[in-house]
Amino acid sequence: MFGLKADWSHEVFDRYFTIGDYAGGEARWCPGCGDHAVLNAAQRVLRDEQQKPELSVCVSGIGCSSRMPHYMGTYGFHGLHGRALPVACGIKSRRPELDVWVATGDGDCFSIGTGHWIHAIRYNMNMVVMAFDNAIYGLTKAQTSPTTPTGFKTNTHPTGAIIAPHNPLTITLGITNASFVAQVVDWNPPLLYETLKAAYRHRGTSFVRIIQRCPVYSDKFIKELQGDPSRFLVLEHERGIALDESVPRQFPQRVRHDPSDLGRAFQIAADTSRLPLGLLYYNPAAPCYEDLSSQGADLTPRQRLAGLETVLDRLTI
Amino acid sequence: MTTATQAASAARARASAGREAKILREHIVEIVSDSGEGAQKCGQTFGTVSAKMGNGVWTVEIIPAEIQPPARSPAGASGIRIRFASHAVTNMGDEADLVVAFNEQVLYSRIVNGAYREGTLVLLESKWRDDPVPEIREQYAKAVVELRENGLSVHELPIEQACLAIMSNPRRGKNMFVLGMLCYLYSRDLDRAKEEIAIAFKRKGAEVIGLNHQLFDAGHAFAAEQLDFRFAVAPQPPEALAGKRFIVTNGNQAVALGVMASGMELVSMYPITPATSASHYLADVYHQVGGFVHQAEDEIAAIGFAIGASYAGKTACTITSGPGLALKTEMLALAVMAEVPLVLVDVQRGGPSTGLPTKVEQGDLLAVLYGEPGDAPKVVLAAATIEECLLFVIMARRLAETFRTPVVLLTDANLATGVQPYPRPEPSAEWLAPPIDQSDWSEEVPPYNWDPRTGLSPRPIPGMPGGQYILTGLAHTCQSKVAYDSDSNQLSSEMRSRKLAALASTLKPPSVHGGEDGDLLLVGWGSTLGAIEEAVERARGEGLAVSSLHLRFLSPLEPGLKEIFARFRRIMTVEINYSDDPKAPLINADTRRYAQLAMLLRAQTLVDVDCWSVVYGHPLQPGMIHGVIRERLAAIDNAGDA
Repeated sequence: MFGLKADWSHEVFDRYFTIGDYAGGEARWCPGCGDHAVLNAAQRVLRDEQQKPELSVCVSGIGCSSRMPHYMGTYGFHGLHGRALPVACGIKSRRPELDVWVATGDGDCFSIGTGHWIHAIRYNMNMVVMAFDNAIYGLTKAQTSPTTPTGFKTNTHPTGAIIAPHNPLTITLGITNASFVAQVVDWNPPLLYETLKAAYRHRGTSFVRIIQRCPVYSDKFIKELQGDPSRFLVLEHERGIALDESVPRQFPQRVRHDPSDLGRAFQIAADTSRLPLGLLYYNPAAPCYEDLSSQGADLTPRQRLAGLETVLDRLTI
Repeated sequence: MTTATQAASAARARASAGREAKILREHIVEIVSDSGEGAQKCGQTFGTVSAKMGNGVWTVEIIPAEIQPPARSPAGASGIRIRFASHAVTNMGDEADLVVAFNEQVLYSRIVNGAYREGTLVLLESKWRDDPVPEIREQYAKAVVELRENGLSVHELPIEQACLAIMSNPRRGKNMFVLGMLCYLYSRDLDRAKEEIAIAFKRKGAEVIGLNHQLFDAGHAFAAEQLDFRFAVAPQPPEALAGKRFIVTNGNQAVALGVMASGMELVSMYPITPATSASHYLADVYHQVGGFVHQAEDEIAAIGFAIGASYAGKTACTITSGPGLALKTEMLALAVMAEVPLVLVDVQRGGPSTGLPTKVEQGDLLAVLYGEPGDAPKVVLAAATIEECLLFVIMARRLAETFRTPVVLLTDANLATGVQPYPRPEPSAEWLAPPIDQSDWSEEVPPYNWDPRTGLSPRPIPGMPGGQYILTGLAHTCQSKVAYDSDSNQLSSEMRSRKLAALASTLKPPSVHGGEDGDLLLVGWGSTLGAIEEAVERARGEGLAVSSLHLRFLSPLEPGLKEIFARFRRIMTVEINYSDDPKAPLINADTRRYAQLAMLLRAQTLVDVDCWSVVYGHPLQPGMIHGVIRERLAAIDNAGDA
């Protein structure tokens, strides 16, 4: 009757969480900054999943996007430049039940934190890594980032960036044990939401590169992208990201891509003339490091004491 | 033991019965070889047997920096020193009394280091005398002459030839043969020795154990036949052992045991000499207490991972050495700023830069105290003995949690590789960390609810409903809100600093070793304790009014120092880090750079604290310190006369 299941009353939550439960301080990013859209999408995913705010931790490094934890109502860790991932992995190591979101930028993740990015993907701990990529250093005012397009003028390269940018997608796909690699833009909220939701539900490190507007320092570059739908290629598949009808309207070029096909994912990612949107690669079977690192966390103090006595006995003369 | 071997050892006992063993209070033995010849295993086994027989024991490894340095080269000397006695031993001692050398070249590096004295007995492998390579024959012949000219008592012995009767590759078995020789020479308990051999080779199987027992027996018989001297070092009197059970470990194993006994469940590390062996040992046994060793991708990630784990639950630990400490600086400051409990163990080695990776130095004190830009007050402890390496980790975890702060524990390469017996800790459930608190957090209570008097505050942990806060390395209010205003930064800085004063208020003044007043007070910290106190005792035995004091807390400093210093005419630190020799060119009161603890004490007490420190890369020996005491006291007396 009325579409309600007979046992619906069993599904009433002790506490029902609204968006407000996931909201912290008022976001102080610039008007028109793409980070607002990501924050909203993440909060909606948490609300729709009814995750307890006290069991969620938002971890970040330093940069504009790394302010995100301050705007969340969950626990948060706003640490050091480039070092969000080791902290996030440490949080997860003995508390695998905690839900971890990482906010990191193109400077934070792809430059100063490169080593951690490579290894965190390899650890494949269950977390969502949102790589906010606006192709510029914003907080420190317009320096070249590893993804700044060649020729784009910055304060450190006033005549234009002089070396070709990183391709974060091919790099991530090339890392052993990568298990979820997706790309989205901040200006299609349904696709952003569905991608973060899929990332959240995947057990493993979900790496989502978010091409994100900086209206102050890299507006020209993003405006060009926004004005040219031929620069994007939407990936379609039943195991990929669910596509709202707004997606094909905004991005008419589409291709069917099986996200278990790593070779094809690599080809698509390597073609920088068309930026793929959606899920490039997905491997739900990749092992998660917390399954190893959390071993023994359930031992009782009595068991620990007994183990210690055994170790000491072996050294006793 | 089989009947056949029993009969054999009975026969040997008869054969050597006529040779009277010279009774000694203590002896220092070295075994030196090329890398990979098993000298350390031989020495450790000998040390363990002696400890089990009730001797006081200290062993220290002689380690070349390379894994496989060139054979027969002084730089490649690898080996071990064992000092054992009828009393407790706290340091490596002065010159060795006996050395077994697998080739003559390795002896040279030890001679340069002053390891031997006139009359030191040298048992030298003689096979090089007839080596097919003429240069080697020449080197050997020349060396034997030189060694004798230097006053060493050289006994050339065909050790390898004797081993060949048992195995085809003596390079891999000679060490147990030498163990047999030493056990004869020092009248060791043969059953215990064989038991130890079985333990040392248990992973290799019965056949290998059998072969090594054979080599051991052969070495024992060989020594009885070839040598006309024999010693005995009686065990310590039973009252010295006080009916306690003892364990035998090195300092790194002790740190690892401390980690386990402290209830910390995570060690996050990156390989670095000489700290790594602590993690090797943990990786072997940590699962028995439910712990995990994370080998991170780099030093920064290692501490970041530990901070993440600490933030989300129980205090975690990271173990490193100087260069790693330098890389961890920014993260350590974050832990200070955000008040994350953390235990960082720094097994110091020679610096700066890559420095002396396998050798001892106490060069990280000021870096640990002041290495971070900005004010980053933290607790700093220094273990003075191997036993303290264990106990101080347990204390460090408790301090980290109580004071919501990182705690740095300083040890060094001397403690890390020194092996000795010490009382077995009797752990209690109290030592172990309780399960983390996940009860509700009152939303009225800010995440940094600083007690204005002590700076202390309880810590919300993810999972606590109502405790949600955003930890930040930016300046923040008690609500953990980013704050750039003057008052917030001043207040939070005061609160972090106040915690050290609160801790200091609970500490007792250090005790003085020797007389309560006198002409000279030596002040030390860390692994030099045993050598300093032994030197002080020697000097006091000569009627000199010298005492010593050893600091365990470096931040906050132990209280009452100024009052203690006032009772002595001169105060001098003794350290293993660099300071200018006051007599060196261009060095005067304006230019002289002091040793690290001396700088700290001068600043803190306004007493004119002098220092004596060297960076030879080896542990301080009581004889060296004794010489310095005599020299400085003479200088004081001269100044007094003038």
